[in-house]
Amino acid sequence: MKREAPQSIADYGPLFFPAGMLLVFFVVPFGTMIVVSFFQRQQGGFYTPAFVFSNYERFLSVFFGGVLGFSLMLAVTVAICCVVLALPFTYLLSKLPRRLQVIWLVALLSVLSLSEVIIGFAWSTLFSRTAGITNILVQLGLMKQAVALSPSFGAVLTGMVYQALPYTVLVLYPALVRLDPTLMEAARTLGSSPVRAFFNVLVPALRNTIMATLIMVFIFALGSYLLPQILGRPQHWTLSVLITDQAIYQSNMPFAAAMAVFLVLVTLGLVALTLLIGRKGEKA
Amino acid sequence: MDTIIKTAVNRRTVLAAGALGTAMLAMPSVLRAQDKSLKIGVYGGYFKNSFDKNIFPEFTKATGIAVESVAEPTGEAWLVQLEQAAKAGAAPADISMMSQVAMIKGQSTELWTPLDTAKLPNAKNLLDRFINKYPDGRIAGIGAVAWYITLVTNTDVYKEAPTSWQAFWDPANADKLGLLALVSNSFLLEVTAKTFFGGTNALDTEEGILKVFDKLAEVKPNVRLWYRDEAQFEQALKSGEIPMGQYYHDVTGLAASEGHPVRSTFPKEGGVQDSGCWAVSRASKKIDEAHIFIDYMSQPAIQATLSRKVGTAPTVKRELLDLNEKEFAAVSSDIEPILPRYDLLTTKADFLNQKWTELIVG
Repeated sequence: MKREAPQSIADYGPLFFPAGMLLVFFVVPFGTMIVVSFFQRQQGGFYTPAFVFSNYERFLSVFFGGVLGFSLMLAVTVAICCVVLALPFTYLLSKLPRRLQVIWLVALLSVLSLSEVIIGFAWSTLFSRTAGITNILVQLGLMKQAVALSPSFGAVLTGMVYQALPYTVLVLYPALVRLDPTLMEAARTLGSSPVRAFFNVLVPALRNTIMATLIMVFIFALGSYLLPQILGRPQHWTLSVLITDQAIYQSNMPFAAAMAVFLVLVTLGLVALTLLIGRKGEKA
Repeated sequence: MDTIIKTAVNRRTVLAAGALGTAMLAMPSVLRAQDKSLKIGVYGGYFKNSFDKNIFPEFTKATGIAVESVAEPTGEAWLVQLEQAAKAGAAPADISMMSQVAMIKGQSTELWTPLDTAKLPNAKNLLDRFINKYPDGRIAGIGAVAWYITLVTNTDVYKEAPTSWQAFWDPANADKLGLLALVSNSFLLEVTAKTFFGGTNALDTEEGILKVFDKLAEVKPNVRLWYRDEAQFEQALKSGEIPMGQYYHDVTGLAASEGHPVRSTFPKEGGVQDSGCWAVSRASKKIDEAHIFIDYMSQPAIQATLSRKVGTAPTVKRELLDLNEKEFAAVSSDIEPILPRYDLLTTKADFLNQKWTELIVG
């Protein structure tokens, strides 16, 4: 059956609801944020409507550039770690009997029910000197004395990967389950080892899925502001942490809005670039 | 500075959620019984709960004015709401407990109804620093409660209590400190100025501020945690994970009394004293009742009750209070406190914030 193009306004009806939601919950707030980012900040007061670029000017400095660079680097690292861990895991998961798959998925979903605060505090305890995992290593005779592993970059990375991993698995899972099993079988029949088949057949076949997953985790990680605070030192704070400081603690809405707009633009730019490169690669 | 209150609420919210509901259910009957009433904004959680239990019923009994307490949201959100409502001629609360920075910001739009000392005979009991004035001398607010940030240590790790804020700079304490993460709530510039530059006047000029920043930068290698979340530091302090830092005198005392190995010390340079004011929204019509309430709260006996029941430091002069040595030491100290430079936190807010962020992040 051929799908007909919509003829009348009524045919567009089903679109009105999502469009309305998008307008109310995304376009309007984001528009407000852009407007506020040009307002004049009043020290010792609030802000006044104006059209000034000073908020953006303040952001354009080596200092904030460094923080932005770190945030992007952290998000990319989290995305790569998540996909590297989740892809083999999800592949093996999809080979398990149905019942076991369900148990694993339920366990992963339950991790999603944990709040960022709980995850942060749990890891900071696990990484502490007084009660952390290094105490076990000491008891096993592997270490001389217990040390604190947090705050550090490794702690931030661990916490964020832990938080994003269930999402990664859940995004990869449908694609892996639907993957034609004959692909891998053919590779094996032709004499490829399982590991080689995984990298030479499965990974290229899932290239678009993997790219989409990387982008999703990247954006997810970019918004993180609690874990870097709990598990990191100040140099591991992301731009989101500084935005929160400005908005909530300094009541400097215009500057916070300008930073947020900038972050969104950089993110969109990076995602567009990634997609563009991906498309070019496909044509070649 | 407003953050203190925000965080003060956080730590206190946990303690209290339950009884709050009961108190609110009890209110309507009180309201019906009275003709005169007041809506009073107090920080939600522990503060509101303590006031509902220990202060407001007694006030209603003594004056016949019914109280409807309103839980103030955290940060400066309440100031913004009061301001917006006042523009529309409404007052979500007649009187509110406000942070010092919020008081100054509210002054800029004449949000606070000037108070009349003739109607506040008890205001003379207060220490001068707790009277918040407009630049032209009119009274914008009267001190409600005060609290201290002091030098805290884990007693298992530090057998001897440190005596000076200089302990923060001691190379022996490398990677052992937990300090508040924001320029507006840590007051570490004031501490540094008082400890090494003879007083907070050293912050009068930008040049002076930069010098203080340089000195403060020397603390960085000793800091393990710059915290926004109090629970995080309190936990680490109790366990000895982070055995030294700055924290609230009242909560540390509470933890010590529960048997945790922690102590709060007033250094010889003084603890940092922060406070909240009672202020009346210009949209409120209940000026007379508001004066009666503020006057009632300024009585030494009520301030003593607050110290005993809520754990806040009194805003009235020591000699007027019937607190014994132990009760007074639990909430305050005779050592001259370090007073935050709220003026700088408003007039130079962005400069200080930028330098501060660069200092600790960079």
